[in-house]
Amino acid sequence: MSEVRALIVDDSSVMRKIVERSLRQAGIEPLVVFEAGSGIEGLEILKSKTVDLILSDINMPSMDGLEFVRQLRFQKLAPEVPVVMITTESSEEHVKQAIQAGAKGYIRKPFTADQVKQRVLPLLSTV
Amino acid sequence: MTQTLRDSMHLVSDPGHLDESVREVFETMLGVQCRAGANVDPIGTHEPEVSVTAVVGFGGILSGACVFRCDALAARQIAARMAGMEFDTVDDMVKDAIGEICNMLAGTWKSKVPDLAANCGLSVPAVITVSDYDLHVQAPEFKIREAFQFENTRFEMTIVCDGLQ
Repeated sequence: MSEVRALIVDDSSVMRKIVERSLRQAGIEPLVVFEAGSGIEGLEILKSKTVDLILSDINMPSMDGLEFVRQLRFQKLAPEVPVVMITTESSEEHVKQAIQAGAKGYIRKPFTADQVKQRVLPLLSTV
Repeated sequence: MTQTLRDSMHLVSDPGHLDESVREVFETMLGVQCRAGANVDPIGTHEPEVSVTAVVGFGGILSGACVFRCDALAARQIAARMAGMEFDTVDDMVKDAIGEICNMLAGTWKSKVPDLAANCGLSVPAVITVSDYDLHVQAPEFKIREAFQFENTRFEMTIVCDGLQ
């Protein structure tokens, strides 16, 4: 696999570490990770960095994950990059909102590395 | 006749959902199996003067809170398993970890009842470190409280509901 550059957006620093670890356990190596503690920080990073994958929480202060994805599309930042939401919200309505906002995948917390692998690897093969 | 969430109170307040949620979150994220209630050792904290509490609020068809409480040592042990590193003190990352555990427990618990999953939102977690307190809610619709343990790490979960549509 060629190098994968991933942006992880979550207001929890522990969760960002867990997501990174799950990506590595899923065999996604070599891996370069950029971290953002908020949607606003995520947008700023994408103005200067190119990535192959974005993973974002939904419930975050200031700008939630759905608005972050909408802004990505509106500002035409990383237009072809797949976005996967990682969140505690699990209803069909929440999944539908995420897909309508522009996300390509959805992982519910709590999650295993295997679940991350199943959701993410197919998306990386299309990049 | 349309059934309201209040009509399903027995489902919403089922203590088994809390047990299942704790088991699911701790087995998945920490790789440990928790025992509950009567199987939990008596309290014997190493740092009794500080407890760490995380609160996630529920809003929508049900209003209330999910409260996760443990002592400082348990908080460091839980954070260590989550983050894959050791902690000497209850620093911001430990508090963050406890907040995330509470967040996942709240989300998993509400997913057990379809109406709740779709029509009840979660607040961002708040984490409090304090020496001694007691949680009191005036006339709650219901309150479920249970103690859990894995290895020598004890914690307590409370789901309190102060409003139900």
